[in-house]
Amino acid sequence: MAGLELLSDQGYRLDGRKATELRKVQARMGVFAQADGSAYIEQGNTKALAVVYGPHEVRGSRSRTLNDRAVINCQYSMATFSTSERKRRPHGDRKSTEMSLHLKQTFEAAVLTNLYPRSQIDIYVKILQSDGGNYSAGVNAATLAVIDAGIPLRDYVCACTAGFVDETPLTDLCHAEESGGGTSLAMALLPRGGHIALLQMDARLHQDHLETLMEAAMTACKSISKVLDQVVRQHLQEVSALTGE
Amino acid sequence: MKDTPLSNCERDFLLNAIGEKRRLDGRQTYDYRNIKISFGTDYGCCFVDLGKTKVMAQVSCELITPKENRPNDGIMFFNIELSPMASPAFETGRQSELLVKLNRQLERCLRNSKCIDVESLCVVSGEKVWQIRVDVHLLNHDGNLMDAASIAAIAALSHCRRPDVGILGEDVTVYSPEERDPIPLSIYHMPISVSFAFFQQGTYLLVDPCDREERVMDGLLMIAMNKHREICSIQSSGGIMLLKDQVLRCSKIASVKVSEITELINKALENDKKVRKAGGRCGFAQSMPQERITALKADVSPVEMAGIKENANEIVQRAEAPSQSVPSPVLPAPGTGQVGEGLQTSWGLEEKEEEEEEEEEEEEDVQHVVEEQGRGDVVLISDSDSEEEEVVILNQEALPTKGTLSKQQRAADSKQQRAADSKQQRAADSKQQRAADSKQQRAADSKQQRAADSKQQRAADSKQQRAADSKQQRAADSKPQQKNKKQ
Repeated sequence: MAGLELLSDQGYRLDGRKATELRKVQARMGVFAQADGSAYIEQGNTKALAVVYGPHEVRGSRSRTLNDRAVINCQYSMATFSTSERKRRPHGDRKSTEMSLHLKQTFEAAVLTNLYPRSQIDIYVKILQSDGGNYSAGVNAATLAVIDAGIPLRDYVCACTAGFVDETPLTDLCHAEESGGGTSLAMALLPRGGHIALLQMDARLHQDHLETLMEAAMTACKSISKVLDQVVRQHLQEVSALTGE
Repeated sequence: MKDTPLSNCERDFLLNAIGEKRRLDGRQTYDYRNIKISFGTDYGCCFVDLGKTKVMAQVSCELITPKENRPNDGIMFFNIELSPMASPAFETGRQSELLVKLNRQLERCLRNSKCIDVESLCVVSGEKVWQIRVDVHLLNHDGNLMDAASIAAIAALSHCRRPDVGILGEDVTVYSPEERDPIPLSIYHMPISVSFAFFQQGTYLLVDPCDREERVMDGLLMIAMNKHREICSIQSSGGIMLLKDQVLRCSKIASVKVSEITELINKALENDKKVRKAGGRCGFAQSMPQERITALKADVSPVEMAGIKENANEIVQRAEAPSQSVPSPVLPAPGTGQVGEGLQTSWGLEEKEEEEEEEEEEEEDVQHVVEEQGRGDVVLISDSDSEEEEVVILNQEALPTKGTLSKQQRAADSKQQRAADSKQQRAADSKQQRAADSKQQRAADSKQQRAADSKQQRAADSKQQRAADSKQQRAADSKPQQKNKKQ
């Protein structure tokens, strides 16, 4: 799109942020009473909802039961009203399936599945409003939901997107920056050990810039982990105040 | 149809070998298998062999109306088909996770990296654009499908020629290949994917995993680059935890590999162009006499033979000699021996067993066995889970010593030996299926051999009988002769 400057000369982006500034993150846990764990997160204009059921007996095909650990079943979907143009998304389309696979892979690495053999943990993520960083918001919401459900995790799973414009890395991309055709890297990180659970990058980037970009993404993920940690502690305070401890 | 699960011992073997930096086919950690690229008779058809993985890509062009939000761009469509002929694990009709993953990876690798100029595919803005459709078919699955598919797709796109179009005002004429030469697509760069397999929670990594290695790996990292060292796509899959340094190291390795592979593709394209110019038969027509697709031939691979004798001698010397003594032969009944059960084999074997391992052990013990015969102190064993109907117990005197036994008795002894041996072996085996199968086999085989032996016995008997008869006959004949002589 000609005329849209992703990074102005003064260093401001389209929405007025600086290059490595994150959008405003607001989150709530325990949104639904029916589910074992639920969470809602807003990253700028991107709104994601995650719900966790489990651990419970393996539903559907018994053959999927694993003897030594739990099966994680993920489903990622976008609401039809989430984008600027209403699009009816059939559930089995390729992009949703790919995102579901990525979610599953991320959480299989993070959840201590060997504590729940022969059971299944369901994670459902729905994007209510999409403005860039859909997958990242989904992962962050899912982390909070898993914590809300009381399922033990190795570490917070924080995800963030990063891009590269004019030799500068940008973090937490919005929709215009993502679809502008430049590089966009999505990373899911376990901040304490620096382990990368998922790494996904599109569009061309010279090899020499890879390190800078990954560093920027890792820093952004660590900042998000601090925010998530704060949300969890606050929620715990609220709940314990209600139960009178 | 489900794929055969990998047995635990095979898995352990592979992981241990990888821990010692050895691969099944003898490659080094960063080595690719042999890549063969060949083109078909039509433009846009490409066959790629990555070791035993065979992939075919075909590019086709069609004029359609463009998308509303992009009226000036042509459309690229990628499709990977996993046909059941490639592997018993693939089923027609069902969209498996692997299929979605491969399709999305190929799309992201080729479409998002903008390797093809889509604006040049526009014919009439908003009305007619070219749709380039790349169909990749998997013909044989031996690991690393993504790399093979990406090489095949980009080679086919480079090879493809689309028909020329002429525009006169509103009319669009598509010229057939005979009227006007078809024009190649404008390709900016060639993104090629390199796959890294991780084992033991990221301690070891291998490039270009084969099918067996893929089954035991923890996860896969796919990096797509072009020869200008631009990364086109990175995708990590499987539940692996990566570190930043690992990813950077992999990208360096990938850049080296990609430049090699790009050269290979260019060379193949050059060759094909030359052959076509010279008017020779090219592509598919040549594949039969040259046995390119039809044969699963392995290339002649050199084997390091220097110093192999010394190595072998060393190994033999280092191997433990079988122990000379037996603590006390625990025999189930007087006259029978015991094989296995942790003790020295005390039974001489003259016949071949099905299990090669036991055979080797026992062959070494045969000499010692012959000397140990006739020892006293026989202890009866209470447990006998023999499934044999007949367990014949030999007498002490009838133990095999060379020369004293008649052929009959030796045959009978060996028969009982085998029965006792197989009984003991069955007792010693664990409850794995393999043991059960070989058990059945041995029962069947020993039964057959017993039948054969009894046949031999009867033949021997009848021979002896005939010998005896003829002797008598001659005696009888000679008697009257003598009588006659005397008279």
